[in-house]
Amino acid sequence: MHLRSAIVSSCFAAAVVSAPLSVQAAQKIVPAQSEVAFVSKQMGVPMQGKFERFDGQIAVDPARPESGKVAFTVDLGSVAIGTPETLIELRKPEWFDTAKSPLATFQSTSIKSLGSGRVDVVGKLTIKGISKEIHVPMTLVQQGDTLKASGEFTIKRLDYRIGAGEWGDTGLVADEVVVRPRLTLQGAATP
Amino acid sequence: MSEGTHYTTPAIVLHWLMAVLIVGSLSLGYYVSGLPFSPSSLRLINYHKWLGITILALAALRLLWRLSHRPPALPDYVPGWQQWSAHVGHWLLYALFFAVPLAGWAYSSAAGYPIVYFGVLPLPDWVSPDKVLAEQLASLHEVLAYSLAAVIAIHVAAAIKHGMDEPIDYLHRMLSSKP
Repeated sequence: MHLRSAIVSSCFAAAVVSAPLSVQAAQKIVPAQSEVAFVSKQMGVPMQGKFERFDGQIAVDPARPESGKVAFTVDLGSVAIGTPETLIELRKPEWFDTAKSPLATFQSTSIKSLGSGRVDVVGKLTIKGISKEIHVPMTLVQQGDTLKASGEFTIKRLDYRIGAGEWGDTGLVADEVVVRPRLTLQGAATP
Repeated sequence: MSEGTHYTTPAIVLHWLMAVLIVGSLSLGYYVSGLPFSPSSLRLINYHKWLGITILALAALRLLWRLSHRPPALPDYVPGWQQWSAHVGHWLLYALFFAVPLAGWAYSSAAGYPIVYFGVLPLPDWVSPDKVLAEQLASLHEVLAYSLAAVIAIHVAAAIKHGMDEPIDYLHRMLSSKP
């Protein structure tokens, strides 16, 4: 198990480093002060989960968000939710299919300012080989050379064939999944 | 203020209603604990939780009723040790009516699964998510459930045994409020 997770971590790091980037990695994510959390409802019960491993190349200047760029990657195998049985289930092909497609990626196409520190980051979310355009409204707060970005967006899991097949009954596990990224970034974006 | 020789109608209704729900929940709990994780096991576990919460609520009602409406006393000729055993048995049952679902509720919360009654009414988590605590509570819930099953088995055996005795009709006391 240790060897396997070491291999996965190395592959993850390599994928992030070699991902096609048109972004200057101007700001560094502070992992200890960041999180990618989500909520999934099963039979009305809100289950809180998160992904422990994620990374991104982010260059956003809150003063001029339109010229910013975001490339984000999440290791789906690092999901933490529910019981150990749940985690075993989530790795399966019907769910995240971590053996074949361990990474979810997001590439921004535009960032629009909504005023008062809020922006709409539009981009492509790709999970299990399926890409969809999504809008990620975020609130940006610059404190010295630390930028805090937090937001919330909702995706439909069945759009990405997550939990298809026998788990497709949305009365059991809801289609909507609320995702809440909360990032602390160090450094200033180069203009 | 004794009620005479028979239980009141509300006591009788609560007794049989809870008997059905408890036996149902114990059976369902036993069954799902052996199931692999699947959509149907998830559904059944939620049904089991809703049954448990319903039993807990009924137990509270029943306790209040019993405290304000004393059950019929056993006749003087029933040996002291039998009267004592009956009282101990009944209070054990009441204690377990609360302990089993409370342990289950705590276990669910500790495992990170809040309980949403019938999928619509969220119940408070009075225990925070904690994997180690969840495992301990799972064992506690299981042990208490088996204890409840055991006490029920003794209760049923005793009721039937005494029910066949003359001259007092033990069973009729819990079937009708009229002698």
